[in-house]
Amino acid sequence: MPALTWELRDGIAAVTLDLPGQPVNLISRAVKDEFNAAFERLAGDAAVHAVAFFSGKADNFIAGADIEEFVKLSSAAEAERLSADGQEMLDRVARFPKPVAVGIHGACLGGGLEFALACTYRVASDHPKTQLGLPEVQLGILPGAGGCQRLPRLIGARAALDIILAGKVERAQKAFKLGVVDELVPPAILREITLAAAKKLAGGWRPRRKRIGGIIAWLLDGTPPGRALVFRMARAQVFKKSGGNYPAPLAALEAVEYGLRHGLAEGLKREAQLFGRLAVTDVSRKLVQIFFATTQLKKDFGVAGAAPPAPAAVQRLGVVGAGFMGAGIAGTAVSQAGVDVRMKDADLPRVAKGLLSAREILDERLKRRRITRYEHARLVALLSGSAAYTGFGRADLVIEAVFEDLQVKQQVLKEVEAETHQRSVFASNTSTIPITRIAEVAQRPEQVIGMHFFSPVARMPLLEVIPGARTAPGTVSTAVAFGRRMGKTAIVVKDSPGFWINRVLAPYMNEAGHLLLAGVAIEEIDRLMTQWGFPVGPITLLDEVGLDVAQKASGVLHAAFGERLAAAPAFALLVKDGRLGRKAGRGFYRYAGGKKRGVDSAVYALVGVQPNGGVHSAEILQRLVLVMLNEAARAVGEGVVRSPRDGDVGALFGIGFPPFRGGPLRHADDLGAARIVADLERLADRHGERFTPCEVLRDQARRHGKFYP
Amino acid sequence: MSSINGRRVAVVAGCRTPFCKSGTALKEARAVDLARYAARELLERTNLDGAEVDEVVFGQVVPSALVPNVGREVSLLPQFPKEIPAYSLNRACASAGQAITAAQDQIVLGHANVVLAGGVESLSDIPILASRRLADILVEASKARSLGQRLKTFSRIRPRDLIPVSPAIAEPSTGESMGQSAEKMAKENGISREAQDRWALRSHQLAAAGTADSRLTAEIAPWLPGRADQPVVTQDNGIRSETSLEQMAKLKPVFDRRYGSVTAANASPLTDGASAVLLMSEDAARTLGYEPLAFIRSYAVAAVDPGWQLLQAPVWAVPKALQRAGIGWGQLGLIEVHEAFAAQVLSNFKGWAEKGWEINEDIINVMGGSIAIGHPFGATGGRMVTTLANEMRRRDVQFGLVSICAQGGMAFALVLERR
Repeated sequence: MPALTWELRDGIAAVTLDLPGQPVNLISRAVKDEFNAAFERLAGDAAVHAVAFFSGKADNFIAGADIEEFVKLSSAAEAERLSADGQEMLDRVARFPKPVAVGIHGACLGGGLEFALACTYRVASDHPKTQLGLPEVQLGILPGAGGCQRLPRLIGARAALDIILAGKVERAQKAFKLGVVDELVPPAILREITLAAAKKLAGGWRPRRKRIGGIIAWLLDGTPPGRALVFRMARAQVFKKSGGNYPAPLAALEAVEYGLRHGLAEGLKREAQLFGRLAVTDVSRKLVQIFFATTQLKKDFGVAGAAPPAPAAVQRLGVVGAGFMGAGIAGTAVSQAGVDVRMKDADLPRVAKGLLSAREILDERLKRRRITRYEHARLVALLSGSAAYTGFGRADLVIEAVFEDLQVKQQVLKEVEAETHQRSVFASNTSTIPITRIAEVAQRPEQVIGMHFFSPVARMPLLEVIPGARTAPGTVSTAVAFGRRMGKTAIVVKDSPGFWINRVLAPYMNEAGHLLLAGVAIEEIDRLMTQWGFPVGPITLLDEVGLDVAQKASGVLHAAFGERLAAAPAFALLVKDGRLGRKAGRGFYRYAGGKKRGVDSAVYALVGVQPNGGVHSAEILQRLVLVMLNEAARAVGEGVVRSPRDGDVGALFGIGFPPFRGGPLRHADDLGAARIVADLERLADRHGERFTPCEVLRDQARRHGKFYP
Repeated sequence: MSSINGRRVAVVAGCRTPFCKSGTALKEARAVDLARYAARELLERTNLDGAEVDEVVFGQVVPSALVPNVGREVSLLPQFPKEIPAYSLNRACASAGQAITAAQDQIVLGHANVVLAGGVESLSDIPILASRRLADILVEASKARSLGQRLKTFSRIRPRDLIPVSPAIAEPSTGESMGQSAEKMAKENGISREAQDRWALRSHQLAAAGTADSRLTAEIAPWLPGRADQPVVTQDNGIRSETSLEQMAKLKPVFDRRYGSVTAANASPLTDGASAVLLMSEDAARTLGYEPLAFIRSYAVAAVDPGWQLLQAPVWAVPKALQRAGIGWGQLGLIEVHEAFAAQVLSNFKGWAEKGWEINEDIINVMGGSIAIGHPFGATGGRMVTTLANEMRRRDVQFGLVSICAQGGMAFALVLERR
């Protein structure tokens, strides 16, 4: 069955792209061939005066190029050819002798947008699902089918770089404002208006596009010195953001700049060349692997077997505990999942405060114009609370975020079970207490589970779902599905101390403490790790998490796993001194007015060292990274995560492990177990048993094994 | 007693916001916010799935120009499917009562099984109107075709046109304000200042007792404010437990400074608040697993010439309702009388006493009334029905009465039965 079909009426060929058997339209080699053939026939058909192009999918225009084809590429030359093929096809569209109008409804991404840019006239529906963008950079490549050339020519260099360099996807309204599309219309009349535009174009009419932004825009986008300034600033910003770890934004910048300087044809050539180079970089490979891993995870309910039980529908969520976490969960659930949320805490002022803080998440979305005033009002009306369990009778899921104490949580569980219906699921947001222990007092232990969110809930993308010993599979899929509705990437982890994230984080943070005690400067530790690719260094992270919270978690891990995971002695001294981190206004760093104000040098005296530059930066890095890799490998051996994929995605989203390194397990594979084991043994000799390589790595070293095939 | 086709209507539950003097704790909420709050909390308290509701009826006396149909905004709460029809009505101070009986009508007719009825008033959120001349000029300017024409129209505005007009609580047909009417009734019925103050004091004391023992607060959904610097409101803020006859005696009459007896202390204050009551057919209540507080036995409305005694129509409405209920005054175990003014309450008593009915104060307004609790016009009926139904259950009383006088010389009476 052909993907492209058309009907001719009044001299206008209305072309529809509808990939048979696919949920979305993708541009593959086969589609390209069909495009070429179709446009050739349309060009030759004298009855056709203009073309109007549509997607046959309900809420999707073209989602982009087929990534499956992309990953099969093995050389830069091959990749360059792929890019040039795409360019040629779109060049054909751009030089097509008759005008082409596109009606865009649904996602119009990557190659899809590049196609639209090659057409004569673009009409988009004002539907929220209509989103346009060039996300290529997020996969470590660049828009290689002319996107780096046509977008800046259409909307100016600054606006184009803003989209291309960040791999941005814009809603239709914004795209219209930027000039990416010519018209914005309600979905119901999209087809009619696009056909009418094609008809007008056939009659010789051409749209007049005004450059947006007046004289300043002209100076910056339209004159060589202005452009030089724009590119210089953009380059500086890219360096600042990527730390030099990601080649794609720089390459995209070059493709845009080169094209504007040397003309379209040369620009396209350069673009294809750069695409070819990027496509085979390790960074791009890693980013694509992550893309596939997260895509797979979205379909995985965390339950073994061919037919996992369907998740229960959650229409109403109860949240017990209106503190910072509870409010974050409530606000995110309303804002992302649109469920009815009822909060409960011991007294009304606390509930009121929690509701206000949950509401801030909605206010923020309103402020960023993600939602309208009316949607905001509707969402606000989904938030309510009380000091009793009123309204919990209909809660399908209750998440508790009360004080981290077994008795308190068990008490809440008993109270909630007494109020809720028989199928209701109880989830604990504990970070340190075994779910199985909490569930000991349950009437329905098979409906008790852990849902470990990270703070701040609205922004942290990971959720750990923790089944206890008696948790039913249906409960797991319900928790995973609901976490997903909240916009989280959910991994199912074993009910073992620290679960996955805190388990791999603890030795890393502890090691930062050991390094501090060895005389390494605080900012040096943080700087090295951000340079290595983490968004923040371990000491800053400690300040953010809160030293008291970290101490509590680390105490649990110490008790469970022994000296290996004992907290560095420096931390207790800070806690005793009231240096709890950002929330207290002081930790390792000083904070004033909500901002970090530099290292507090009093900390050195407090822990009894002077920074002396004694440890080499290479060793600092090695100690911090390998101690984490070692613990991650050990935890995988214990089955804490269900697969290396889950472990890596968790570390990427949960602790900000550098995406271009693929995750701790992927990184361990890259380093090779033999080398890691040798390095760890050396470190263990010098610094103690906490570095002793785990059995998983030793075994891999012996038989040349890896985490990933 | 069963109705015309055997469908009896149950009062399942009711709740309300705290009633707060206008311009105080609820002043930043719009009427629609209060109405939605009460309705949503009622759903929470009853664990009712919004999809079970067939219709929403709300009363409001001074509607907002921006939200003229407050009932529909209630039924558009996200807890409801969007397909629930709703309307708003105005029977003056009996509006929520009327909403409840309108719901009852629909249920009895078999048009609905579950109806949410209530009422709301925010006198902190009343429409302030432009003067007629300013309004005319603005309308004309909006139709102007050119800037010049528009400026020319605007140039006709005079300073006095800019004085805003706020709606008065006065009878359009007589120009007499509510207070003046109460003053007139006090004089014509011989109600002394002291008797009025005494009734007001009783209202405050009983309301304070009902608040202290939480019978009254049990009906209130605490108001959780929309801003961090505002406190949670858990009770009505007009109740003065510490007031005394001596203090009340110090106040000057408001409407007739020389010979008057109606003061701020023996009248109901301007109030913000909302109430909501859940009504179901007896069958629906049973099917959905609710135990009704009481059933509606009968109701009636009556009206008198507003130029006569504006608030004396209960003397006609109540016997009509009792007759429809097929019971006598003596069979009533609890009575809720709306207290617009103490002078009006005592005038109503006088009118009933003249029928030979014994006025047993022990069963009247046992938790105080509108003078102490406050009187958000559109919401009061919902409060009274809820209080009466709850207290009937507590005392296991078979018959109870609600009587509400209303603007326009009207009155509303409702008889509840326990079993």
